[in-house]
This record gives sequence, structure tokens and C-alpha cells, in this order.
Amino acid sequence: MSSAVVTEGLTKRYGRRTALSDCTLDVPAGHVVGLVGPNGAGKSTLLQMICGLLQPTAGRLTVLGGEPISGSPRLGFVAQDTPVYAGLTVEDHLRLGAHLNPSWDDQLAHDRTERLDLDPGQKAGKLSGGQRAQLALTLAVAKRPDLLLLDEPVAALDPLARREFLQGLMEYVAESGTSVVMSSHLVADLERVCDYLIVLVKSRVRVTGEVEELLASHHRITGGRIDPAALGPGREVIVARHTDVQSTLVVRSTAPIEDPAFTVDGIDLEDLVLAYMTEAGPSGRDRVLEKQR
Amino acid sequence: MIEFHLDARSGVAPYMQLIQQVRHAMRLGLLREGDKLPTVKDVVATIAINPNTVLKAYRELEYEGLVQPRPGLGTFVTRTLGGESELAAHEPLRRDLDGWLAKARDAGLDDESIEALFVSAFRQFSQERAGRRG
Repeated sequence: MSSAVVTEGLTKRYGRRTALSDCTLDVPAGHVVGLVGPNGAGKSTLLQMICGLLQPTAGRLTVLGGEPISGSPRLGFVAQDTPVYAGLTVEDHLRLGAHLNPSWDDQLAHDRTERLDLDPGQKAGKLSGGQRAQLALTLAVAKRPDLLLLDEPVAALDPLARREFLQGLMEYVAESGTSVVMSSHLVADLERVCDYLIVLVKSRVRVTGEVEELLASHHRITGGRIDPAALGPGREVIVARHTDVQSTLVVRSTAPIEDPAFTVDGIDLEDLVLAYMTEAGPSGRDRVLEKQR
Repeated sequence: MIEFHLDARSGVAPYMQLIQQVRHAMRLGLLREGDKLPTVKDVVATIAINPNTVLKAYRELEYEGLVQPRPGLGTFVTRTLGGESELAAHEPLRRDLDGWLAKARDAGLDDESIEALFVSAFRQFSQERAGRRG
């Protein structure tokens, strides 16, 4: 299985502000990858670097086996707030796409806009939010890219428009097998469509992996007061909460945990992401420092 | 043609939900031998899930001998799980179960306790059988 994106120690600084710190990733091709984290975590920065729009401060980045190239025909990018030209009609956009992209699939572009009931003569500025998002997606997929990047494509959409956008995206993935990296802070949507996850919090990668494997290896453990250190080797405590009589922990462990003293449950993707976001802490200190307390 | 739905809150893995819905449709007679399942593309266009989830469900159904892919044509049901007649064949089992439920209720168990007792016994039973086969 080849890699869509490989990074090593990737870092991006703006003066004293660090947008990405020491990110090491090996993102497999042929997956729908969810890039999730709170606002300001560095998601947009990472996507723009993959597109070749930003240069790293440090570290390495390989996209589809080569250097990231701005405007590459192998990449499709739907930027945040689904930018389209308000004064141009739907048909104008498609003509522009055909003109700018050597690999443009005009049949696909027109099939999509017809099925979506987009009036070719309608100015893009007069379309609804959902329609603009669908237009932006059409422009990206009609390039027939090998890698499709989407930056918070559904954040501003109502639930129906969100669902329709994801339906269209999944349909395109089903027929083309294109790799997709989609950023979002809405985990519930990602759980349906993503099979690989990257959690980015405060400029750092917290966890990555196949969604199925992550869900199988993370557990919620509840019981009387538990000392996290007493869980033994091979059990990584992500987050722990204690009252005077009870402990609740989220633990990563490949081996099953069978201890009559605890109740062990699975957790869903949203809780898994929240656990890693909590682990990062309000001050952004690393977990290593927390454990030393 | 059947249509799938996803219960995001059910705690059952999406691919498993699809499998259960196919089996359920077969038991109700909505899917019979020779019927075509929706294409992967049609399923994801309707319920916005990852195509690999559908592929996994269809593969599992094929492994169970319920469906068969025909290259270029689609995935087709290979058996009929007769609704009424099949359940009727298990009438004695159903009566035993009703008796057990009545006893559990008489013993003072509420719904959740009854379900928990059954699930626990069933899981242990399945594991022991799997262990013996393996």
C-alpha cells in the first residue's frame, strides 16, 4: 500500500507562533482520512503545506511520492468556506476548470451539476451555502486528482446540506478510489466517512491510525479509585478522571483488559478524539510533563 | 431494491448494521434468491458512509454464503431465508424461550437484567463453541 503523504518532523513557525510542531505522518493512499482537532490546531496549515501553498520551517514532506507542487494537477483542494467566484455563473466555473486543468473531465463535471440541479446560468454568489460547497467539490473532483484535500468543507452548512455533500463525496470515492484528506472539527460526520484518522491538537499530532484499529484498541475503564501506574505495561493511559471513590480512564491497549476490578467498555470516535484533546491540556503541555506530577 | 440506513448511536459497527439489515430483509422475504443488492456506489450515495464499509459487509455476507458477486453485474442473493416458514420451524424453541422469560420475570428480573443475563450466557456459549472449533 503506497503513501499519499509522508512527513518527518514537519514544523511551521510564524515568528514566535508555531503552527505545526514536529509532525511525523505516514498517510496511506486509498483512504478517506479525517484530520481532526480544535480550531487553531494547525489543520489548515498542514493542508496548505501538502498543496505546496506554504513552505516548511523545518522537517520533510512528500506528497504522492514527490515534492509538493502548488497547482499540481494531481491534487484537488477545496479550501475553507468553499471559495467560488460570486460574479461568475456555474457554467463559467466549469469552463474555467476545463481551461485551467489538463486532466479535466467535462462529462463528470456536467453530470454532477445536472444531478445537483445547479442552474448553469446562476451566478455563484446567488447559490445557497450547500450549493456553493457542491460546486467547489465538483471543480475539485472533475480535475480527476489522485489526492483530494478538503478544509472544513461542511462546517458552515446546515445538516441536510452537510449530508448531501458527504453523499456526493463518498459516491466519487466509490467510483474513483481517490485518496481524500478532510479536516473537520465535527467528529460525528467523520465517523461515518473516514477510515483513517489524524488527531492534531495545538500544533502536534496526538494519534493516528486506521479508525477500526483505533476503536478496537481504546477502552474506557471505570471502577473504584485506580492508580494509572498500577495498570501495568502495554496500557497507555490517555486521560484519567478521579473522584474520591471512582476513577474513569481512557486507555490504549492492544491486548484485551480483563480485570474483575474494572468495567471495560469501548468508546466511540468522538470520545476518543476528546480524550486526546483533553490529554493535550489547556496549557498545551505534553502528557509526559503531566505524568510527572 | 432494499435501502440501507445507519444508526450512528447504536454502538454496532456500521458494516455489521448493513449485514444485519440484509439478513433481516431476507428473513422478511424482501430479498429473495437472485435479487440484486444495491451497488456500493448507490449505498454510499444514499447514506454517506465510507465505501470500504460496504465492501466489508458484502464480503462478509459472501463468506456466509448469502450473496455472490458477479463481476460487472453486481452482488446477488444466493439463498432465500424464508420468513414465516423458517420461524415456524423453530416454534418449539420459541415456546421454550417464552417459558424461560416467564420464569425470569417471576424471579423478579427487570427487562435490563433479563437482557444482561441472556447476553452474558450467549457470549460465553459462543466463545466456548468457537474455542472448541478452533
